[in-house]
Amino acid sequence: MKALMFGWEFPPHILGGLGTASYGLTKGMAKQEDLETIFVIPRPWGDEDQSFMKIIGANNTPIVWRDVPWEMAKSRLEKFMDPQEYYRMRDNIYANFTYMHTNDLGCIEFSGRYPNNILEETNNYSIVAGVIARTYDFDVIHSHDWLTYPAGLHAKSVTGKPMVIHVHATEFDRSRGKPNPIVYGIEKDGMDNCDHIICVSDLTRRTVIENYHQPHWKVTTVHNAVEPLSPEIEAIERLSGVSEKVVTFLGRITMQKGPEFFVDAATQVIRKTDHIRFVMAGSGDMMDQMIRLVAERGIAHKFHFTGFLRGKQVYEMLKSSDVYVMPSVSEPFGISPLEAMQCGVPSIISYQSGCSEILHNVIKTDYWDVDAMADAIYSICTYPAMAEHLKVEGKIEVDNIKWEDAGLKVRRIYDNLM
Amino acid sequence: MKTICIYFQLHQPFRLKRYRFFNIGRDHYYFDDYANEDILQQIASRSFIPANRMLLDLVNQYKGKFKVAFSVSGVALEQLEIYAPEVIDGFRELTKTGNVEFLTETYAHSLASLFDPEEFRNQVKHHSERIEMLFEQKPTVIRNTELIYSDEIAEMVYEMGYSKMITEGAKHILGWKSPNYVYQSAAQPQLKLLLKNSRFSDDIAYRFSNYSWNEYPLTAEKFISWIAGAAPEEEVVNLFLNYETLGNLQPSHTGIFEFFKALPRFAFEKGIGFATPSEALDSHEPIGTITVPNPISWTDEERDLSAWLGNKLQQSALKTLYEVGERVRLCTDRRLKQDWLYLQTSDHFHYMSTKHFGSGQSPFSPYLSPYDAFNNYMNVLSDFVGRVKAQYPDTVDNEELNALLTTIHNQEMEIKRLQLELKKVIGSNEEMLVEKNKKMQKNR
Repeated sequence: MKALMFGWEFPPHILGGLGTASYGLTKGMAKQEDLETIFVIPRPWGDEDQSFMKIIGANNTPIVWRDVPWEMAKSRLEKFMDPQEYYRMRDNIYANFTYMHTNDLGCIEFSGRYPNNILEETNNYSIVAGVIARTYDFDVIHSHDWLTYPAGLHAKSVTGKPMVIHVHATEFDRSRGKPNPIVYGIEKDGMDNCDHIICVSDLTRRTVIENYHQPHWKVTTVHNAVEPLSPEIEAIERLSGVSEKVVTFLGRITMQKGPEFFVDAATQVIRKTDHIRFVMAGSGDMMDQMIRLVAERGIAHKFHFTGFLRGKQVYEMLKSSDVYVMPSVSEPFGISPLEAMQCGVPSIISYQSGCSEILHNVIKTDYWDVDAMADAIYSICTYPAMAEHLKVEGKIEVDNIKWEDAGLKVRRIYDNLM
Repeated sequence: MKTICIYFQLHQPFRLKRYRFFNIGRDHYYFDDYANEDILQQIASRSFIPANRMLLDLVNQYKGKFKVAFSVSGVALEQLEIYAPEVIDGFRELTKTGNVEFLTETYAHSLASLFDPEEFRNQVKHHSERIEMLFEQKPTVIRNTELIYSDEIAEMVYEMGYSKMITEGAKHILGWKSPNYVYQSAAQPQLKLLLKNSRFSDDIAYRFSNYSWNEYPLTAEKFISWIAGAAPEEEVVNLFLNYETLGNLQPSHTGIFEFFKALPRFAFEKGIGFATPSEALDSHEPIGTITVPNPISWTDEERDLSAWLGNKLQQSALKTLYEVGERVRLCTDRRLKQDWLYLQTSDHFHYMSTKHFGSGQSPFSPYLSPYDAFNNYMNVLSDFVGRVKAQYPDTVDNEELNALLTTIHNQEMEIKRLQLELKKVIGSNEEMLVEKNKKMQKNR
């Protein structure tokens, strides 16, 4: 069986959890020997891991016929894909797009990020999808999140193959219940016209059923999993400059992640104790507001901001923490507590995050229950048995949450659609 | 003749209220009165009160041939006295018939037997005095919290003057042996043991209303025929049940009360009698010894201590608690001593069990997760330990403190003795003075 996947991000160049999840899932599914995956992303960087699947860059797919000599194609595209693929795709240009802005290879440029003209990029992505769908042979289409739904739908309309959409987040999660109508429209259109919907948690599944009016039978939950840590990351030591316990918030500092509840809990704890410090790692639109809030509360002497962390820095931060807190207001899944648990860091998560449905060896509170959160932080930092138990049991638990199993569930859905 | 020995356990813990870490050092009241009252009154009206009434009817109806025994923990007795005194009255009426026996156990339904022998002895003494005061009978049979038993506990119990004990007929201990006999402890042969028949007890406690059980529905007639069908040499069948089985764990609509009402009739038809634990133990000689190197209990499939000591959280909480035991016993503050008892109740540790993840945690737990339970308990315990430490300076160790307290105590006694003597002297002097005056008046 062959699957054509549309994604937006792919490690190592990721901005959020979407890339990590698509990578893990594809890798887990690659364990099934009879399954091949072609993964389309807007803009590959050339250093992606292609050992278990083929990556096609939308920005390397021609939509306007240009006479490109072999040497030029080779020098420009070699690090992304076999240049021969370029010519195969060029033979499948299906309409006259000369009015579009394209480069000397006849390709559209993509940022691969979340720019202001994101709607235009999703539209362009869908144009490119038409070429890819005509070039390659596949049995099922799999689209990750709303940015890729139009592309998936286009591929479906060209080939008539069944389409699965994978909901990693909905607009309701990102906006705390005040969705952007255009984005909602794209999401709804994708869900209405696809053949099956996969959600990363029961929480998301409920949102899809209730707010997007999808029938129950069409929506299935497949919980995310986590990639085992590489030996290089396992080897990272704790960078501890302070004798106090370190409590960490790690993620985008935005409304969805509930950073203000973390600050409130920190205020309670700092007022009562002197052996606990707090770190807010990451960046986001609410960062300045949070810095002001910390100053107003008078806890800045024990509350630190790191700014955006990338790659290895994330794990250095985690390994140096004693508690990880994720007070998300609405988190479709939330992979980062699983990563914290892999590093042996006890985690506190909100009931409003999807991963709380499958995790047992964590402390769960409501995101608004600042007292409970403060209490849990205090407990982990004060009672060694609590920290030790969560550390050991949490690691055992999370090591058993594997992408292969998630991959098998997705495969069952594919099989049912055939 | 075969006899059935029925014993009911009744226990309710003092549940803790939500106690956050900011309360430590400020708030010294730990208990959730509302929940405790609510739960106890519900169970009393569903189970204890109708069950007491039914048992009294049965005892009267069969004129002394139907007998049962109870083991009511001290903390449960206290709650019954506050929230449902009619249950205590019911027990008193049952006692008056002379066919109901009360057993003794640890006052706080605690795990002291595993951690603190002195505390264990104190609590058993406390409990047996309480039973004597309430029901005017001195218990002779002991059962430990949750039927926890081991060779070590056997010796301890015997040294305390008990020669009759009740415990679990755990399969891994019995092996091929049958629980339907009286046994003796390997560690202390003078201690006679009565073992729970797990199969028959669980038929009533767990399987009674299970539709998917192939023996459903269980009638008294069928149940008695099973007992009668056992080998004729097997003479004592021990049904040890939670009292809440009647009406709460098995709600009345399952027919549990009717089942019990019919039980004696069918038993007598087959020539099976009833006995209290002490009668059963007195009238039978032990036929073999039981060796239990590692403690057993009547909980879960494993019948061991893993429900209370299975993870690091529970072990650490218990360790922290019993570390202050010696110091608490030196204190005289009554509220402190009361809290000390209530905090030892085994339920607090059961709520911290992580054994049941997946199949759902303990159905009795008032907490959302074992971590919540640990968190809350440790906060309370931190405050409690703080209070204990505030009683006497930390720098004095227990032995020294004990010596000092003894000296103070002795000196107090000495002062009292001297005062008394002084009074006597003054008194006799006064008398002499009075007599002298009289004499002088006479002489005049």
